[in-house]
Formats: sequence, structure tokens, C-alpha cells
Amino acid sequence: MRKIVAGLILGALLITFVAMILPLEFGSPRMSDMDDYFIRYGQEQTGNNNECTAIVFDYRGFDTIGESTVLFTAVIGVGIMFRRFFGGEEVEDE
Amino acid sequence: MLWNLPYLAVVIITVIGLAAILLKKNLIKMMLGINILQSSANLFLISLGYREGGIAPIYTLAPSTHMVLPTPQALCLTSIVIGLATSALMLSFAVIIHKKYGTVDLDQIRRLQG
Amino acid sequence: MSKLVRFAADILYPVVLIFGLYIVAHGHITPGGGFQGGAVIATGVALVIVAYGYREVTQWIGKGGLMAREVVGLLGFIGTALVAFIFGMPFFYNYLAGQGGLFGVPVTYGPNPGELNTGGTVPLMNFAVGIEVWGGLALVILYLLSGLVPHDDHEKEGS
Repeated sequence: MRKIVAGLILGALLITFVAMILPLEFGSPRMSDMDDYFIRYGQEQTGNNNECTAIVFDYRGFDTIGESTVLFTAVIGVGIMFRRFFGGEEVEDE
Repeated sequence: MLWNLPYLAVVIITVIGLAAILLKKNLIKMMLGINILQSSANLFLISLGYREGGIAPIYTLAPSTHMVLPTPQALCLTSIVIGLATSALMLSFAVIIHKKYGTVDLDQIRRLQG
Repeated sequence: MSKLVRFAADILYPVVLIFGLYIVAHGHITPGGGFQGGAVIATGVALVIVAYGYREVTQWIGKGGLMAREVVGLLGFIGTALVAFIFGMPFFYNYLAGQGGLFGVPVTYGPNPGELNTGGTVPLMNFAVGIEVWGGLALVILYLLSGLVPHDDHEKEGS
């Protein structure tokens, strides 16, 4: 019974998604003003040949700060859990 | 229809990930479903930014200046690292649940609990 | 693992390390960057763990050192962005690009062969994030492995 309900939900989602992607055109993005600006002026403004790195570290640096903080927090959380549940007082000396 | 093939792949991968989350009882398999869902989101972003005949947005020895959109790729990079952090957290939760209950099956965990 | 695997790991670990540092250092002119290079270096740490076992590796690679690496990377990244306040610029302003000094060779529009001394603050942030990802991923691998090792002293893991 549960599997039938889940299958119906998944089928409905499949049909909905297919209906949602049908008007999209692959290969020609509709709005690209911001990216055209980055491609045109990113080299002179940041000095990077790699525009991806220029966007990650320069134009959208706040995203990267949040990302680094998320990674740091995840590692700290893993460390806290394993130290508590696996009796690891002895692992903390360098 | 054929020109939308990457978007169709996105839809199929999304439904596979959702099916793994909804139907599976094993925690590791549910985690794999979440990772597959994240991969579908990445593929959707990347294929939204594709431009016909474009090259990667790197100017070092580039053959032309007709490039794909760089912003979705940067967002994808962010999303990959965040997905890695969340999967590390989920894996450690699974390890701890396995240590506490001896199994990672959700039904058996529920039975053991109550 | 066997002696052959340990020998191969001895040879391959510096190579993987240098390749990861190359990816980090050339992140602003070729495909790559801090996250990718850090992940490659963490893969080298995983190779050494596979070859030598958990207990031997923790005597060379301490968790405290990796945690220090992670903290230093995150603080270096934020500090590099904060230095822009000294010059009276907004947060995350690229105060080194095009100034002629360190990483400051100006780049004009168009394809070029690539010059390592460009990019402004981006290479510094690449290094900081690379160090952070190195510490973070290696620490996650070590912690996940420490859950699998039996804690009463059986020496059957690894070798």
C-alpha cells in the first residue's frame, strides 16, 4: 500500500517535471546579461583568466565565506560526535 | 524533444533520488538518494548555463571568446562542497546509529526503540 | 597492506601532494582552485591511510595539526578579505589586482598565454581555502576511520 502511494506520487512528480522542462531550450539561455558582463570585464577588473575563480572568490565572495563556514562547522560536528561516542580522549594529543 | 535531453536526464535523476529517499529503509541508501538529488540539481544548473558551441570560461590560450555562462558553474562549485560537508555529517550519524542500535534499518531501529 | 602497496604509496604521496599544490597555485589561470586542489591533497592522505593503516598514520598526521590547518585556512581567507578595509575599500574588494606589485600584473581583455603573477587577492584566497579543505577533508576521513577501528587493542586493522 505504502509503495503504491509512493509510486503514484513519484509518477505525478515525473509528469509535472517533464511538463516544466518542456518550454526550456537547451543551448540558449534566456537571460545572460550578468554573465556577459563578467565575461567581458572580469579580466580587467580582477586580473583572472579563469572567470569561474573570479566569480567564486571575488564577485561572489560572500557565498564562499558561507561555504567555508559550512565546511568548518561540519568538520567540527563530525569531530564532536566521534569524540563523544567513541571514547576518544586519547586522540586529542597532537 | 531531443534537444532537451539534459533536462530529461535531470528529471530522471531527480525521480530516482526521490524514489530512493521515499522507498528505501536503509539509512545509507537514503543518504545515497540525497546525494543523487544533489547531483541532479548540479546538472540542472550546469545545463541551464550552457550556450551553443561555447567553451569553458577560461581565457588562457582560449580559441575564441564565445563562452558558456560562468555563474552557474561557480554556484555548482559551492553546492558540491556543501554537499560533501552534509554527506560527511550524515555518514557520521549513520555510523553512530549503527554503534548504538547495531543496525541501520529504520524499521528495526523503530522496533528496538519502542 | 603489503610491502608493494606501501612502496607505491611512498612514491605517490609526494607526487599527489605536488599535483594538488600545482592545482591550488594555478587556480586563477587554469581550471582548478582551492577546493579542487585541497580535495586532491586529501586524497593523498587517504592513500597513505589505505597503505599504512589507521594506527600508524595517526602517529605522523595528528588531528590537532589538521584542525590547526583548517582554522588557519578559514581565518586567512576572512583576513585577506578584511584587509580591504585598511585601504578604505569595501569588503572583498580586490585591492591587489592591477597595482603592479604582488599578483598585480594587469591583464587586458582577450585570450592570452597566462601569467602566474596576476589575479590580485584571488591566489591568496586560493591558498587559504586549499589549506582549509586539506585539513577539513583529511580530518573527516580520519574521524570516520576512527569509528571503524576497534578500540580494545587488536592490531588487525590496516596491516
